[in-house]
Amino acid sequence: MKVWPIFKKEMRLYFTSPVAYVVVMIFLLIAGYFFYSIFAFFTLASMQSAMNPAMARDLNVTDSVMRPLFSNVSVILLLLLPLLTMRLFAEERRSGTIELLLTFPVRDGAVLIGKYLAAFALYAVMLGLTVLYPGIVAYFARLETGPVFTGYLGLLLMGAAFIAVGIFTSSLTENQIVAAITTFGTLLIFWILGWSADYAGGAVGRVLQHLSILEHNESFAKGVLDTKDIIYYLNFTILALFLALRSLEARRWKG
Amino acid sequence: MIEVQGLTKQYGPVTAIRDVSFSVAPGEIVGFLGPNGAGKSTAMRILSCFMPATSGTARVAGYDVFTQSMQVRRRIGYLPESVPLYTDMRVAPYLDFVAEVKGVARGERRRRVADVMDRCMIADVQNRLIGQLSKGYRQRVGLAQALVSDPEVLILDEPTIGLDPRQITEIRSLIRALAGRHTVILSTHILPEVSMVCGGVVIINKGAIVAQGPIDTLVEQFFPTARVEVEIVGPPPAVREMIRAIPGVVSVHDEATTNGAGRYVVESARERDVRAEISRLAAQQQWSLLELKRVGTTLEEVFIRIVAGEEASAVAGGEVAP
Ligand SMILES: Nc1ncnc2c1ncn2[C@@H]1O[C@H](COP(=O)(O)OP(=O)(O)O)[C@@H](O)[C@H]1O
Ligand SMILES: [Mg+2]
Repeated sequence: MKVWPIFKKEMRLYFTSPVAYVVVMIFLLIAGYFFYSIFAFFTLASMQSAMNPAMARDLNVTDSVMRPLFSNVSVILLLLLPLLTMRLFAEERRSGTIELLLTFPVRDGAVLIGKYLAAFALYAVMLGLTVLYPGIVAYFARLETGPVFTGYLGLLLMGAAFIAVGIFTSSLTENQIVAAITTFGTLLIFWILGWSADYAGGAVGRVLQHLSILEHNESFAKGVLDTKDIIYYLNFTILALFLALRSLEARRWKG
Repeated sequence: MIEVQGLTKQYGPVTAIRDVSFSVAPGEIVGFLGPNGAGKSTAMRILSCFMPATSGTARVAGYDVFTQSMQVRRRIGYLPESVPLYTDMRVAPYLDFVAEVKGVARGERRRRVADVMDRCMIADVQNRLIGQLSKGYRQRVGLAQALVSDPEVLILDEPTIGLDPRQITEIRSLIRALAGRHTVILSTHILPEVSMVCGGVVIINKGAIVAQGPIDTLVEQFFPTARVEVEIVGPPPAVREMIRAIPGVVSVHDEATTNGAGRYVVESARERDVRAEISRLAAQQQWSLLELKRVGTTLEEVFIRIVAGEEASAVAGGEVAP
């Protein structure tokens, strides 16, 4: 498998265009802002609760700061990750470089995995940079490391699924914008499914709930590792990558 | 080195190539010649394993392009018609990437990349972004990426398209220098290019092969006669008749008459040189002989004759062009 050269090439391309820098900067800015406002609110609440012991009992840093932060970050990811994946195949098709790439002695699967891992690595680095925020919290207050750790794991798994969807839609079109919008739309639909689950109720509701892409992230943020959620994200990722591979093969026949 | 048998490719309802068969011997440079839309790029894309054929087989270096695609891909260098390169990469890292993907060993890569940049005369731009290079340089980078793994077979789709005349000459001499060491198949719609660069030619028109072989053989096959152009001042009917009477002369055509001097094209059997007899005849008859020269047959004329012949037979057969 010649995944490594493809991975390196994609990484190089990420950092020669401004897109990756802009996405990472904006992500850190917005996540930082969320963190700041949630933390500021928490500080205010804890000052008030210092005067009101009944309130203090319900106040806990993990629940009040980190959990809202994780859930906000997952929404930013829904908006930003499609921008990291849109280029991967669409641009190769637009510029025609795919014709050379797919005649190199590398299997389609290796090309796909190389590109996927490059996007995932960039995402992991981007997410890693936000560890600064829990770091600040831990400096000022007692922070349970367990839920923070599982929260990050949840975000990584969820991002892995987002990126897989993004790479699949990128393989469907020559237009990066179309790829980004399609990814965003697809992810949004899987998010919205969770809302309708509440109305549907019963068995249908449970199925919808299970399909919802953000729903599965909640337990991670609570510090609970449920194999059901892990498997959901892994399945989602594998299915999207499989579809991307099929789409590459189908392209070959069309020429 | 390249064997193609009954290759057909359909894009939906469009048949791009139909029952194409040809072969290329090791070390040979063969031109794939045809007008735009003839199906040249389609054939090259199949040979390079980019896309599968609808039917038929193609073998490169002994391996089937469909069932043994990886073996084929390791042994070819391909330059697509549009010269697609990563515009955001720099020349040397790009070539290093291609070399790595094509399995050039780590220790050898640096030397190989430097060597191919020298051969393609791009060493001076090795640190530039590919997107900022001129068309001529980009074409050479394209050629360099095809050569960097030192492949047995090179598949070059219109390697001189869009270049200025000086660049065309450079690329052609670069390609000529590949003969013997590599087997090359290059497509072109420029006729003189084939005679300048290639030993053999495969002529394709509307998706089907109409002629193939060494260029000299093709010329002889389609033009069995030798031609001489004469300019003589004399009474045209007499000139025509007396030249026609020279043994070996097949036909005499009037070309034009200017200031009383007539131009004639004399066709004779290939092995006979009738120039001496014509000049003797002119002296005898006291005609003024203004010009007498042999005209070579170009591939262009062969091509026109073949393609025109195709069209005539298609009309005669009541066939409708697709
Ligand atoms: N991807 C494609 N889809 C549909 N038709 C195509 C495609 N590529 C080429 N064709 C058609 O196939 C024929 C041969 O094209 P091509 O192989 O590009 O010719 P050439 O390279 O000799 O100019 C043309 O009629 C062209 O319109
Ligand atoms: Mg072409």
